[in-house]
Amino acid sequence: MKFKNKLATNDFIITAELFPPKGTEISTLLNKADILAKVVDAINITDNQRASMRVGSLAICKLLKDRGYESILQMTCRDRNRIALQSDLLSASVLGLENVLILSGDHTSAGEYIGTKAVYDLDTIQLIKAARLLETGVDLAGKKLKGSPKFCLGAVANPTASPLDLQLLMLEKKINAGIEFVQTQTIFDIVQFQKFFDTIRYKNIKILPGVTVIKSVAFMEFLKKLPGVNIPQNIQDRILSAKNPFDEGIQICAETICKLRDFADGVHIMAIGIEEYIPDILKKSGKI
Amino acid sequence: MIITVQKNFSDLLMQTTDKDKIFIVGCAGCATKCNTGSEAAILEIEENFKQNNRIVSGFAVLDTACDIRVAKKELIKNNNFSEATIILALTCGAGIQAIEKITDLKIIAGLDGLFVGTTERIGVYNQYCSTCGQCIVDKTAGICPVTRCSKGLINGPCGGFVNGKCEVDQEKDCAWVLIYEKLKKTNSVNIIKDTYLPPRNIVKPKNIIYKKKDIKQ
Repeated sequence: MKFKNKLATNDFIITAELFPPKGTEISTLLNKADILAKVVDAINITDNQRASMRVGSLAICKLLKDRGYESILQMTCRDRNRIALQSDLLSASVLGLENVLILSGDHTSAGEYIGTKAVYDLDTIQLIKAARLLETGVDLAGKKLKGSPKFCLGAVANPTASPLDLQLLMLEKKINAGIEFVQTQTIFDIVQFQKFFDTIRYKNIKILPGVTVIKSVAFMEFLKKLPGVNIPQNIQDRILSAKNPFDEGIQICAETICKLRDFADGVHIMAIGIEEYIPDILKKSGKI
Repeated sequence: MIITVQKNFSDLLMQTTDKDKIFIVGCAGCATKCNTGSEAAILEIEENFKQNNRIVSGFAVLDTACDIRVAKKELIKNNNFSEATIILALTCGAGIQAIEKITDLKIIAGLDGLFVGTTERIGVYNQYCSTCGQCIVDKTAGICPVTRCSKGLINGPCGGFVNGKCEVDQEKDCAWVLIYEKLKKTNSVNIIKDTYLPPRNIVKPKNIIYKKKDIKQ
């Protein structure tokens, strides 16, 4: 089913994220996509995540499309000006790609090219509006298009941001600009997410909370250092005292998804390198 | 004012020889306030040159080095300037390029110009303005997100702020949290949600020529 149609159902929506490779070896990614396509509604393809240079998300989304899979093209404002961003939106459309997740993108200082020019010519609100404008057959320069695209647009939110009210104002602004779904940054604290969700659910838009598998003690320490990642103490204790932290991480992730099934619109799984375990996690979380 | 920092002395030294007669130009404006182009800064650098077998023929602290008329008036009549074989400019880039207008000698840039700074106290300067040519602070509680948000986002924050700090630098305040907190004082935080700022026009003029009748003395 098309992701856009899926959003219109009352089903628990499942998305997962894959990173394009650094280099041209794509068989590993495609193998993972083959595994995921059986259990998720759409596969997000990141856009040079953490400001590291990789294969472009557009190319990978096209490869997934050729295999008959629903993908979500992630598009950041970091690396392209308004000419390139609009051009890539049109390119996505002619390649048959409809789902686009618009985000500002990790700052260049987080990545491999610290001294490079961070573009941010458009911000997320402007890019959402630009995409909606292209759909009307006009571009940002006011020029008419010969044939116009159609998108299913999403954006991100961070339920752990503080002050939260500011994040909610921003989310509402993105909704008003025309997004149809939201994927959030990683949450570990269900209570915190539920509070966030209850504040915004009246907006009648699908919100997919992000979850991540804690693969090891070292990985947990890495996650804790990321902006906005809040791992409750009881979860930290479970990982620290586990005989096998990897299995415990899988179990915790499955439990989180299980709890989300009770009230949330769905889940967005960021397994960061162990995507082949996602079917197992989903199975453990209740239904598949 | 224009905030400047001094380049490494060894880099300056490498650009000169013991045959050169070095003339040092400072500025009594911004570079003196930053203590990078003041008389004291010049004397210190002159001493360093001397200790490295370099000849300093003289120096001048221009009233405002970025004014071509001032540079011309104060330097051309200076005999030490006329005898010099190389100029060291302890001024911002605008100052260097005023000096460039009146000499064909090689000019060494002694300072790096960093930003237009707002002074917190002596020695503490912050970049709050990028002179972008399209001021929007009337819509952002007087705080400029173009300059103070790491991503220059003008329609609200990204998802990276944590406890009011920026994802890029956890020591740095998130500009949008500052704007939000300021607006909260007047119960007007909804401005963030309700104001849409279109993409900025980043083309701005490289020079301004006023007509004489428009200049009120």
